[in-house]
Amino acid sequence: MPFGPDDWSAIRLTLKLAATATCLLLLLGTPLAWWLARTRSWLKGPVGAVVALPLVLPPTVLGFYLLVTLGPNGPVGQLTQSLGLGLLPFTFPGLVLASVLYSMPFVVQPLQQAFDTLGERPLEVAATLRASPWDTFFSVVLPLARPGFITATILGFAHTVGEFGVVLMIGGNIPDKTRVVSVQIYDHVEALEYTQAHWLAGGMLLFSFLVLLALYGSKARSRHGF
Amino acid sequence: MASDMHKETPALRARFHVAYGEFSLEADLTLPGRGVTALFGHSGSGKTTLLRAIAGLERHPGAYLEVNGEVWQDGDQFLPTHQRPLGYVFQEASLFAHLNVERNLNFGLKRIPAAERRVNLEQAVELLGIGPLLHRQPDKLSGGERQRVAIARALLTSPRLLLMDEPLAALDGKRKAEILPYLTRLRQELDIPVLYVTHSPDEVARLADHLVLLDGGRVAASGPLGETLARLDLPLAAGDDAGVVIEGSVAGHDDTYHLLAVDFPGGQVQVAHGPAPTGTRLRFQVRARDVSLSLSARDDSSILNRVAATITSVAAADTPAHRLVRLEADGTPLLARITCRSWDQLELQPGKRVWAQIKAVALLA
Repeated sequence: MPFGPDDWSAIRLTLKLAATATCLLLLLGTPLAWWLARTRSWLKGPVGAVVALPLVLPPTVLGFYLLVTLGPNGPVGQLTQSLGLGLLPFTFPGLVLASVLYSMPFVVQPLQQAFDTLGERPLEVAATLRASPWDTFFSVVLPLARPGFITATILGFAHTVGEFGVVLMIGGNIPDKTRVVSVQIYDHVEALEYTQAHWLAGGMLLFSFLVLLALYGSKARSRHGF
Repeated sequence: MASDMHKETPALRARFHVAYGEFSLEADLTLPGRGVTALFGHSGSGKTTLLRAIAGLERHPGAYLEVNGEVWQDGDQFLPTHQRPLGYVFQEASLFAHLNVERNLNFGLKRIPAAERRVNLEQAVELLGIGPLLHRQPDKLSGGERQRVAIARALLTSPRLLLMDEPLAALDGKRKAEILPYLTRLRQELDIPVLYVTHSPDEVARLADHLVLLDGGRVAASGPLGETLARLDLPLAAGDDAGVVIEGSVAGHDDTYHLLAVDFPGGQVQVAHGPAPTGTRLRFQVRARDVSLSLSARDDSSILNRVAATITSVAAADTPAHRLVRLEADGTPLLARITCRSWDQLELQPGKRVWAQIKAVALLA
């Protein structure tokens, strides 16, 4: 058996974290991307830049600020404490929150691009055919932007699986709670358990390759489909 | 009740003041509630802006819009597009790429309460000849087919006003010729008022009942087609292509000479054409350059069609050698483009009775 119980626990936790974060990202990222694609407000630039920050920042910077903000003396930390939720750092929900922020650009940007490409016309046509704006969103925008949603889901999920720095800063290394695969590999290496590290690292490599193959393969097919 | 009165005289009343940078549109229009009204003008004249404003696709403050007695916009009151009982045909067909033809057609239809449906799928499919296309995807259709599907899709919302924004402009000559007969049928078979934006004089001649001439964001003229085409004060009459469009009905067919006789309020014309049922309504065009004037009903000419008419006015034409003469044959306006020399030689003047000799009559539908 290549994986020990600790490894399996890390794999389960990683998949749970990525699935939860991806669902939240789609729920939050869709309206945000829609707003970014359609607004003429001056806020478009600043908001777009903030969403893209994780692309250029070292994960430790993001993790550090999250730790400070969510910590006992941080504004969000004080809020969560007064609401009786306790503190988020070093918990699974804290990890989800950090992952959502960290993977945001990987979900928002493909969606925003899909909405931009759609243009104004299908919305106008739908309005002249009596579809209300909500109706139009579900019956026209979602199906036409489907490739964007597929890309966003895959990238959001894969990027969350692959994170390390933010996890280490905000989640620490607690078995079954915050110890994800990337941290587990680190632990194996620290302990000079190279065989176990190989199995997990190889698994991650294969997983990432398959995800990207699925993504680029489906894109190539849809281009040839016309 | 006031609303009942409006139902008896259906009409569209629109007042828009729009300004974007250099461009401005000032329109204050009352239009008939039936037939085809052409919004005609060059690009940049504001015709598409006006159509989009009427559809509610652009919201302009301070506008007023009333259609068949229902107020769609008045000050702060603004009915959003999806609540207006209108159909809109865009210049490019804009079918939904994720739906096949049948589901595109059903998109609007299924959003109309059953009790308000006046056009069913079979009728629309038959009217536009798209039966064989129902299961195709939009990207497998030709431009002309796509536009026919888009027109059927708009009709299936049972609109009380159909707005068409240059529906033929994106198509080549052959595709245009393929769609025009369907538009003519639409006009004859459906009692839906249509606002039709175009810059093509040919489409105006074939389809319009009422003509609104837009120029630089201003309404230069608005009136029944025949009268407006014959107005000498408009640039329409000045060009080489100037002419009038007359509607008449088939009176009979001369099988020996293959001539179709068409009665119109000012007389009768004979056109080289195959037989058609007596009473069929037809439109024909008479260009000003094909009309010459004579003081007597001479029989020694090869010109077949002569109509007694009275000169009502005269104006300069596009060359110094010519004049444009407006005539009336029992209320039907006609235009004649003659030389200044002939005008002087025949001592023509407004009020004079003449014979209009019509060298060519073009049947439009």
